[in-house]
Amino acid sequence: MPAPTAVRPVRIVLAKVGLDGHDRGVKVVARALRDAGYEVIYTGLRQTPEMVVDAALQEDAQVIGLSIHSGAHMTLFPAVVQELKRRKATDIVVFGGGIIPDDDIVALKQKGVAELFTPGTPLQGIVDWLRKRFPEGAR
Amino acid sequence: MKVRARDPKQAWKEDYESVLTRDDGIETSTISGIPLQPLYTSSDVSRREEELPGQFPYTRGIHPSGYRGRLWTMRQFSGFATAAETNRRYKYLLASGQTGLSVAFDMPTLMGQDSDAPTSRGEIGHCGVAIDSLADMEALFEGIPLGDITTSMTINSPAAILLCMYIAVAEKQGVPASGLGGTLQNDILKEFIAQKEFIFPPAPSMRLVVDSIEYCAKEVPKWNTISISGYHIREAGSTAAQELAFTLADGMAYVDACIERGMRIDDFASRLSFFFDAHIDFFEEIAKFRAARRIWARWMRERYGAQDERSWKLRFHTQTAGVSLTAQQPELNIARTAIEALAAVMGGTQSLHTNAMDEVFALPTDKAARLALRTQQLLAYETGVANTVDPLGGSYFVEALTDEIERQAEDYFKRIEELGGVIPAIEAGFFQKEIADSAFRYQQELEQKRRLVVGVNEFKVDEEEPIEILRIDPKLESEQVARVEEVRRKRDQARCSAALTQLRKAANGTDNLMPYILEAVRAYATEGEIMNTMVEVFGTYTERAVI
Repeated sequence: MPAPTAVRPVRIVLAKVGLDGHDRGVKVVARALRDAGYEVIYTGLRQTPEMVVDAALQEDAQVIGLSIHSGAHMTLFPAVVQELKRRKATDIVVFGGGIIPDDDIVALKQKGVAELFTPGTPLQGIVDWLRKRFPEGAR
Repeated sequence: MKVRARDPKQAWKEDYESVLTRDDGIETSTISGIPLQPLYTSSDVSRREEELPGQFPYTRGIHPSGYRGRLWTMRQFSGFATAAETNRRYKYLLASGQTGLSVAFDMPTLMGQDSDAPTSRGEIGHCGVAIDSLADMEALFEGIPLGDITTSMTINSPAAILLCMYIAVAEKQGVPASGLGGTLQNDILKEFIAQKEFIFPPAPSMRLVVDSIEYCAKEVPKWNTISISGYHIREAGSTAAQELAFTLADGMAYVDACIERGMRIDDFASRLSFFFDAHIDFFEEIAKFRAARRIWARWMRERYGAQDERSWKLRFHTQTAGVSLTAQQPELNIARTAIEALAAVMGGTQSLHTNAMDEVFALPTDKAARLALRTQQLLAYETGVANTVDPLGGSYFVEALTDEIERQAEDYFKRIEELGGVIPAIEAGFFQKEIADSAFRYQQELEQKRRLVVGVNEFKVDEEEPIEILRIDPKLESEQVARVEEVRRKRDQARCSAALTQLRKAANGTDNLMPYILEAVRAYATEGEIMNTMVEVFGTYTERAVI
């Protein structure tokens, strides 16, 4: 049994959107965030934006982390943000990772994706970003 | 006075221990974690009969003449946007001296769905070429004589369909199937293990693989029916030994399945081919390639009783490690790729893809694609490495490392057998867990700077220079959707429906499905329609995600 904590840990839904099956990155991130004290729910592969938002609502998650390596990020990441709007759940923070060119990062941030992490990002960089965003949120 | 002579090896050891070694905290094991000694001598090499190229167990190569007989095939994996656009890239590469084609399909094609399926949105033409029907395949190879070149097709779940499309295009060019040469990846087991582009459950997936092997043995005898792939296992984070062991275990699972079908080992074994990664740890990779040949030859001869020498020889394609490329200071990727390519050549690869420096961002630009090919030409013609067969054979270090990787692979074979074989091990998540563990270990080593990646966790620059990348025109999506709709409108609907009905019946029975798929392809049934017909019978597979 984990020790009771005053603050409930931040719950993060990690999802692979799109058709590609490259799950090395998302799994490494899942373990690192779990080790950093977050509650991580990994949905598995080929999640549609609707499925991702369903999972986040069911799990009462504050954060959605999206991973993609197929090049469809410009379509699918904004689609998740749109789906959150449609379901009136815009308090859920969306971040993403994968092979994403710089120009696309700017455009995706404008479309409501909070942060994007590209290859070579240290795991600690993602953890630091979450800590800043949710200052007391991990065990 | 007489000084007692020191034993030279003992003397070296004492001298070595008396000097300070670096204490920068950087690992001295291989990138896969195999501990290394600072020096290898004759004492580290196991006693065995001298090995020679072209002779069992082929550790030193399958050809007696190495690259003196024939250089490796320079085969750059390529495909993007529409078939017409990729066709132009192929003609450009062939004109630049490339010696074989290798087709990259987009995600909807790899996942067996048409461009107008809802989940194809945003994916069309992005990481390969979009192929929906025979019409697209005709455009892809327009003006390229299929009787004169060889083509590799990276496709797995829908592999049988794409092979039938290739056969059908060749028919239209007047080239008989018996005259076609090339390779179909067709390796579904590594999809379950690593790349995850599975559709059907394992059993019907294996049936389709065996169907295509059986069909090609008779009808397309020069075709490599399967390319048993370690590349994706390695890219997913495995070690070199895991890549080797899991790939060869998959290979044996296919052999078992073909034998179970009633085929004779020597009727199909020589058409099995392999595909490995060339990662950045130079000597470990060379040792891996050498060990691969030795293990396969032994298993094929001793366990499976193959009599034909061609059945013993492991032939392989290599791709440099995409996962070793960095988005930071991307020009460094040219150096990484050159070193990895050199390892593949020293390891005796039959064909090679060198990654382009910009593939960490997107598919390569024309310029980056040419530089990658030129790197191979430089290796082949400037460096002199192709002049001598297995130049590192006899190196105490490389021989010892070859033995060690072989030993680790044999350990894994035992563990997989204890789990009941490859498919039960997949269903238990064994491979997936082993790979995820290795990937996580490596990532931690990077975080702790026990391993350095230049430009990523050390030797960084403040400001990265922008780099030109290939963009896929978003208009392409609606064009491709219109194209598949047009194919559906114009085809002989009755012939197409009849072909799909026959295929459904056959899928419910035990016939070899290849002739039925070929007829559906000729009738311009789309890839998605053919897959969906089989899904109705076979169902789909969902993975239990292992973190």
